[in-house]
Amino acid sequence: MSIVGTRVVRIEDQKLITQGGTYVDDLREEALTGAVHAMFVRSPIAHARISSIDTSAALAASGVVAVYTAADIDLAQRAVPPVAEPWLADGVVRYVGEPVALVLAEERYQLADAAELIDIDYDPIDAVASIDAALTDESVLFEEFGTNLVQTNGGPLDDKAFEGCEVVISQTIVNNRVAPAPLETRGGAFAWGTDGRLTVWLSTQNPQIARTTIAAGLGVGEEKIRVITPDVGGGFGAKIGSDPEATVLGWAAQRAGRAVRWAETRSENLVSMTHGRAQQNTVTVGGRRDGTVEVFRIEVVQDAGAYPRALFLPTLTELMATGVYHFPKVETISRAVVTNTTPIAAYRGAGRPEATAAIERAMDLFAAEIGMDPAEVRKVNYIRPEEFPYQTPTGANYDSGEYAQALDKVLESSDYQALRAEQARRREAGERFALGLGLASYVEITGGDAGGESGRVDINPDGTVTAYTGSSPHGQGLDTTLAMLLSDQLGVPMDKITIRHGDTDEVPKAVGTFGSRSLQLGGSAVRKAAEEVIARAKELAADLLEASPDDLELNVDEGAWQVKGAPSSGTLSWAQLAAQVEEPLTADVWFGEGTPTFPFGTHLAVVEVDTETGKVALKRIIAADDAGPVLNPVTFNGQRHGGLGQGAAQAMLEVMNYDADGNPTTATLADYSFISATELPDFELVDIATPTPRNLLGVKGIGEAATIGSTPAVHNAVVDALAHLGVQHLDMPTTPIRVWQALREAGAAQAGQ
Amino acid sequence: MKVTIEINGKPVSEEVEDRTLLVHFIRETAGLTATNIGCDTTSCGACTVLLDGESVKSCTVLAAQADGHTVTTVEGLAAADGELHPLQQAFRNQHGLQCGFCTPGMIMASASLLAHNPKPTRQEVREGLEGNLCRCTGYHNIVNAVIEASGQEVDR
Amino acid sequence: MIPAQFSYRRASSVDEALSLLTEHGDEAKLIAGGQSLLPLMKLRLAAPEVLVDVAPLDELRYVRLEGDEIAIGALSRYQDLHGDPVLAEHAPMVAHVAGSVGDLQIRHRGTIGGSLAHADSAADLPAAILASDGVLVARGPSGERRIPAAEFFLGPFTTPLEPDELLTEIRIGKQTGLGWGFEKFTRRAIDWAIVGVAVVGTSVGLINMAGTPIRASAAEAALASGSSPAEAGALAAEDTSPVDEPHATSEYRRHLARVLTTRALTAAAA
Repeated sequence: MSIVGTRVVRIEDQKLITQGGTYVDDLREEALTGAVHAMFVRSPIAHARISSIDTSAALAASGVVAVYTAADIDLAQRAVPPVAEPWLADGVVRYVGEPVALVLAEERYQLADAAELIDIDYDPIDAVASIDAALTDESVLFEEFGTNLVQTNGGPLDDKAFEGCEVVISQTIVNNRVAPAPLETRGGAFAWGTDGRLTVWLSTQNPQIARTTIAAGLGVGEEKIRVITPDVGGGFGAKIGSDPEATVLGWAAQRAGRAVRWAETRSENLVSMTHGRAQQNTVTVGGRRDGTVEVFRIEVVQDAGAYPRALFLPTLTELMATGVYHFPKVETISRAVVTNTTPIAAYRGAGRPEATAAIERAMDLFAAEIGMDPAEVRKVNYIRPEEFPYQTPTGANYDSGEYAQALDKVLESSDYQALRAEQARRREAGERFALGLGLASYVEITGGDAGGESGRVDINPDGTVTAYTGSSPHGQGLDTTLAMLLSDQLGVPMDKITIRHGDTDEVPKAVGTFGSRSLQLGGSAVRKAAEEVIARAKELAADLLEASPDDLELNVDEGAWQVKGAPSSGTLSWAQLAAQVEEPLTADVWFGEGTPTFPFGTHLAVVEVDTETGKVALKRIIAADDAGPVLNPVTFNGQRHGGLGQGAAQAMLEVMNYDADGNPTTATLADYSFISATELPDFELVDIATPTPRNLLGVKGIGEAATIGSTPAVHNAVVDALAHLGVQHLDMPTTPIRVWQALREAGAAQAGQ
Repeated sequence: MKVTIEINGKPVSEEVEDRTLLVHFIRETAGLTATNIGCDTTSCGACTVLLDGESVKSCTVLAAQADGHTVTTVEGLAAADGELHPLQQAFRNQHGLQCGFCTPGMIMASASLLAHNPKPTRQEVREGLEGNLCRCTGYHNIVNAVIEASGQEVDR
Repeated sequence: MIPAQFSYRRASSVDEALSLLTEHGDEAKLIAGGQSLLPLMKLRLAAPEVLVDVAPLDELRYVRLEGDEIAIGALSRYQDLHGDPVLAEHAPMVAHVAGSVGDLQIRHRGTIGGSLAHADSAADLPAAILASDGVLVARGPSGERRIPAAEFFLGPFTTPLEPDELLTEIRIGKQTGLGWGFEKFTRRAIDWAIVGVAVVGTSVGLINMAGTPIRASAAEAALASGSSPAEAGALAAEDTSPVDEPHATSEYRRHLARVLTTRALTAAAA
């Protein structure tokens, strides 16, 4: 029986639970012996001119090897339109956390001592600390650019679009800025060899992209750079490729003539690793009282932070704006502005959660306006199964979907009607703990980039298998999944299969891991490579067994080649075959077809809100997530769990806040409400699997799906809990004070008046 | 000052700066790198080890304070013959880890939790791990793992 | 993050601790569990030149019944108190509050004396000891003195302890059979209280409603004259001065003080 689809515990775990992973700060490589330690000195002020920097005292401090500032950097300006981000702040700082200087010291403990001795004078400029402030252009970040508006897409909007609609609702919805906060902060190690090559050990999701970026930054050919990815302690989109710091450190290693190690602190990480989300979206829905939506409009404003690093985010939100619905008329427009805050880039979902949060909140507002149950309104408007492939008005081409089935499964599994009855009972009784039910149906796009992925499979002379993948997993368990696939295909036990990734010398061409692309692209690539190996092996085995290739078969139970129907006439194991043939049994392929795919699902969140204090307790979350056939339910459901936790966290707790001067007020893990086990319930997973016709495995990505559904489900549940008290909307995160304020504004607080 | 700490049964002795944090003594001096550093505010629990058998955050203890005491890290949890500790086994069985960065601290915190409360409820596990953050798992399978390690049935 | 350099001195007795404090004067700072001090030092918000470690002084780690009073050694750790049988019977509120501080790891290190001497208005135990009419015993070069809790919390992180004094013991009256309640309001379990209320009998201590832990005097007076928990709770924010922050405005904190006091008093009355 095939192991594919069965529950297989991870092959990654043995080391992680006994010796711990080897993260970049754990490396004890010979090349790093005697390396100096690096620390960036970062701006404590959001917007200012640097009037002077005095590094003399720091240079004289114990153990200090070098202090570099923008004046020392002789790398070419990065060509990132529309505004350039300097390597180190050059004359102006534009966010708290922007690197201003780099200190190298013999010992890690000497870094913070030296950093305190660097004397930097700042001359403050008015800070642009919010989207609204940015749009006024009263203070601009880039004088030469003249405006904070750095990108506009979509439109124009039709003034008469909603004429004739029975019902029109409109709401501006803040999609709160959050910190990706992988448990391992950013880090790297940088060593130039005597051969003139730089080896970079980097905590990244994409070593090959990092190599390209660092080579370009340093102005050298890619062959001069080798990037090695050791174990990575989480990425969530914020470790895609390499950040500017890595290039600066590679440069510093050359300038100082020393290997360099870097591990940022958490307090640095929270202000200098990119943040996610940070949109302000105005949705307008026009439709009929029977629940049919006729017109949908979304106006997206993306806060890009101080330096735009991911301007694809607002346009991706536009692309996915209509979600799971068949809307006759749709209008989208997006703008992106710069502010004096940490740059925004991808965070688990990256553009799609923002779209889903907007449309799913809008559907609830529309349902409330016409007095229809949110489940019913959704059903009325879903794209129907027979409409696939479905071309959306915004330009996406959905592959497959059973949206109503996902909803129905969740309603049934949760006993939705009983929950509604309990809600009515509590409302009737005026109970202090109000019950809220929140639905969200989502569709998202995975493997949405244009690239493919590499895969290589080697049959070793001893019959073991080594596979090289361009994917770069960091917790997803892809080693296990790929080994399962290969074991199934080749008939080789999993413990004879080694999966390798994360060294650009070993896997020169690859894209890596983001956008829930790894299994559908990286998995398909390895599968395709194995198919090619099998095809060639069949010819070679046929020669040796003196049979026609057409008469030969691979017995996957035994891992051996045999003549069909006559195994007694001789078999050849992989080891025997590999030993007897001249040529290496290998195939190296690129798989670039069949994407994007569109996972979907429905989540129901059940919350209890203490109407006296405003505190929200998430009691249940019931999730149907459809990403096609499941190869390993262990890791598949693990991805769902993680997504549910992070999605719920955004809705309930997490936000990176800035004051009006651009000072972050949530810059440590004591202040930033990173969600813990205590705030989350057990998760209830509902199974549904609709294959995609677009790739070899029928699979879609599952890495981000549950994040996307859970945020609006929890958000909607909180609003639903308060609906009978007059609350129609409040923004995320639904912290106690926000709920309390919303209740007071609704004139319905039960106490304290 | 000269600090001697028995780590996983072996004394480690070294002259270190007075300000050396226990976590750095474990990682740099003893060379045991499973114990990780995830924050600087005693919030995340990635650096949790047992000090004289009780869980502590080793980023918030001075090596000097642990001088003459015993420390257990996840490297010292399995039996000498390599047989996994029930918590290690359960974390693997239940997929209680993904990237693995929080895992050593999470396992050591769980060990101390079970020492205080050998048969916790799921809610007690959640409350008992309030000081250990994980970004990958959503905690569901971590709770499962601790329940399994406590010898109770995992029912979800 | 790494603390600035300091010199570490371990005390092997109370007398040695006192002589070390005398020797180093203002440059020295006591460290016990270090769960408040070390985070501040790592962020370089505190940078003492000498740390005098009293954590190993097991002579100050005890809970004893002495007549009608309970004597708690200042270096008793939160987890010691949480599981202590004497407190469980005679001061269950204090045992409960000790079990709500931080997380298990922090409770394994942090001490009651450290918490009181740190005098953070947002901490749990100071308000509990204040509500318990505790008396704090300090020893210095000139001997021992007793300071009522009501006179101990002078301001944010400010106490009458002299630089050469060591808090050795906390004494509270037996609370056997008295009703009690404790409410700690946080966003996450691990967070400091936005507001907290510790009630024992008719005494009400408030967490984070002023620069120091304070008693809800108006609520206590109302209780004494026969008011219900709800009536007394409605007065809990009288004469308070909570800080005003975006995530917890002073107005919200006052509201919470009223709600939580009502709940804690209701629990105490049950």
